Amino acid sequence: MSAVVAEHDEHHEHEHDDHDHGPEKGWLRWIITTNHKDIGTLYLWFALVMFFVGGAMALIIRAELFQPGLSFVEPQFFNSMTTMHALVMIFGAVMPAFVGLANWMIPMMIGAPDMALPRMNNMSFWMLVAGILLLSSTLFMEGGAPAAGWTMYPPLVLQTGKALPFAIFSVHLLGISSIMGAINIIATIFNMRAPGMTLMRMPMFVWTWVITAFLLIAVMPVFAGAVTMLLTDKFFETSFFDAAGGGDPVLYQHIFWFFGHPEVYILILPTFGIASTIIPVFSRKPLFGYSSMVYFTASIAFLSFIVWAHHMFTVGMPLAGELYFMYSTMIIAVPTAGKVFNWTATMWKGAMTFETPMLFSISFVVLFTVGGFTGLMMAIAPSDLQYHDTYFIVAHFHYVLVPSAIFMIMAGGYYWLPKWTGNRYNEKIGQLHFWLSAISVNILFFPQHFLGLAGMPRRIPDYAVQFTDWNMISSIGGFIFGFSQLLFLYIVVDTIRGGTGEKATNEVWDGALQYGGGGTQGLEWTLPSPPPYHTFAKPPVIVPTEYQH
Amino acid sequence: MDDALSLKQKNTKIVKILVVVVIGMFGFGYALVPLYDVLCDLTGLNGKAKSLAAEEVPYKVDMTREINLELITSLNESTPMEFRAETKQLKVHPGEYYTVYFYGENMTDKLLNAQAIPSFTPSIAAKYFHKVVCFCLDQQIFKPKESKRMAMRFAVKPDFPKDLKTITLSYTFFDNTKAAVQN
Repeated sequence: MSAVVAEHDEHHEHEHDDHDHGPEKGWLRWIITTNHKDIGTLYLWFALVMFFVGGAMALIIRAELFQPGLSFVEPQFFNSMTTMHALVMIFGAVMPAFVGLANWMIPMMIGAPDMALPRMNNMSFWMLVAGILLLSSTLFMEGGAPAAGWTMYPPLVLQTGKALPFAIFSVHLLGISSIMGAINIIATIFNMRAPGMTLMRMPMFVWTWVITAFLLIAVMPVFAGAVTMLLTDKFFETSFFDAAGGGDPVLYQHIFWFFGHPEVYILILPTFGIASTIIPVFSRKPLFGYSSMVYFTASIAFLSFIVWAHHMFTVGMPLAGELYFMYSTMIIAVPTAGKVFNWTATMWKGAMTFETPMLFSISFVVLFTVGGFTGLMMAIAPSDLQYHDTYFIVAHFHYVLVPSAIFMIMAGGYYWLPKWTGNRYNEKIGQLHFWLSAISVNILFFPQHFLGLAGMPRRIPDYAVQFTDWNMISSIGGFIFGFSQLLFLYIVVDTIRGGTGEKATNEVWDGALQYGGGGTQGLEWTLPSPPPYHTFAKPPVIVPTEYQH
Repeated sequence: MDDALSLKQKNTKIVKILVVVVIGMFGFGYALVPLYDVLCDLTGLNGKAKSLAAEEVPYKVDMTREINLELITSLNESTPMEFRAETKQLKVHPGEYYTVYFYGENMTDKLLNAQAIPSFTPSIAAKYFHKVVCFCLDQQIFKPKESKRMAMRFAVKPDFPKDLKTITLSYTFFDNTKAAVQN
């Protein structure tokens, strides 16, 4: 067994001055900070707030759908809620949470002192805030917030009221923010790894993020282009999607999903990275098939570019197109199943313990597989015609987002919270939060499969009476799930304020040092808990662990 | 070689490359527009028809086959028109020329510029539909309250796939008055 020797010299003779002082005093610290840990914290808090905002919107949706008929809100507002819930959750909660984790962890995982471009880092966070504020402001505009669905298909979306240009500009801002974040992450990973931290020794979280960053850079500009075309179609007499002027609304769907399919992998690849980091630690075994995990991630990312039209099986494609997109989509199941196999094999005969991060990870492996299988069902073009735009697709993508992406973000939160704060969280409440979430998420989303198969369309405020029972059950699950998340907020605040009172050791979790990295020890666990404001000002000496070749 | 560069230079280099990629991908989004049109032309994807009249070339008429042609009409959003096909359904032999008529009426007392957009189901049929005359090839200008009888002359090409028995051709009229006034 070899070791990583982190150098914790207090006195670096020839370092820049700004490596030695701590954070700025007062509230201004959080505005002007360029420190990767501060910015990570900002991103994570922002994501948590947006998670509750988007969650409140979801509860409005579930309250309205509790029984048939119009109970609480107008149909137009209901449609605004479905649209805004999606936009807020994707661009305000899940993506910022991943960027926050990347900011906190990537420099510490690869032995870098900070992100490569700290000022741009600050700017991308504040552009995110600006973008979300602009998006939220549409709720108060004449004609209401965008209500045509987060996919913003024309010609329907062009009927949006005053909100349309604001929604489009907010997409521009959010896009620029994530592109800058992605450039920063790539520059950090390519240029700032400690000597000896070769690519094939990087922790899987770093690997999945660098691939995600390339996806962001490739597709965010395409999305920006698509919404710009919407803007010029509406206000400047172009006819990209206007059939009267020779355009084609179906073209928008092609451009959108050329962005949209890689985008859904942007939401899931870092999830895989967190799972591949946590599962080995709590199984006390190295990750099974590290290099295959890298190649699986890369091939999933590559395939995401060539399958987009499986979102559009009903637009009237030629048979050859339907077949091509059907088969290419099914191929994605191969590397994905490989990953599930590797996680399971990592746990096999491991000395497993079941603390909250591991509980979330295990339920992720199971419930992500459920979401994967329903995805395969919809990849079958002839049967997709039946499920298209029903609650079945709603159930599918919520299984791969909530008990997958969101669960793993929370698992990451529980896993690294003692490192970030230096305090242990309350394990009992953590496990209570897990069980409440894992059970209620299934009460919430599993019945939606049945609703979809029975033919209930998505994005409707009212429904035929035969759908009532499952909708009621789903809504009850939704409210249990929503309110259970307050436990997470409580735990985060409580842990920051001291938690159980037990101070966290450097390693925090038994096995984190040995199994918490990729081909090396988990570098973040060599640092004190909480880590000092500036870490790895001198790169750590990296020696690979034995199990890597 | 990279060792010679400072970290700052290396960062600048990678940012430059990535910014170029970002701009390139933004352009690629726009490049998809003409690419899509070319692809539609080549494959007959999406039932887009050619927007130019073709010469009336004599085909060998295939009397052994009969194809069911359905004509449907619709109006986009609130285009203020009355619009219907005089013949809603007919049997056609591949290779033979037919003329069908549509009725259009401006329901307002203002000038109306309208454009009809065709769409084929199954989309592959667009490639085999030989149009010689069509009201959809030009903008139709309706005087206030004016009504028109509009012609469409066509033949289904003899090499039309044998496994297809029905073509549905839909025309949608779009109100183009605003755009026309600005030009």
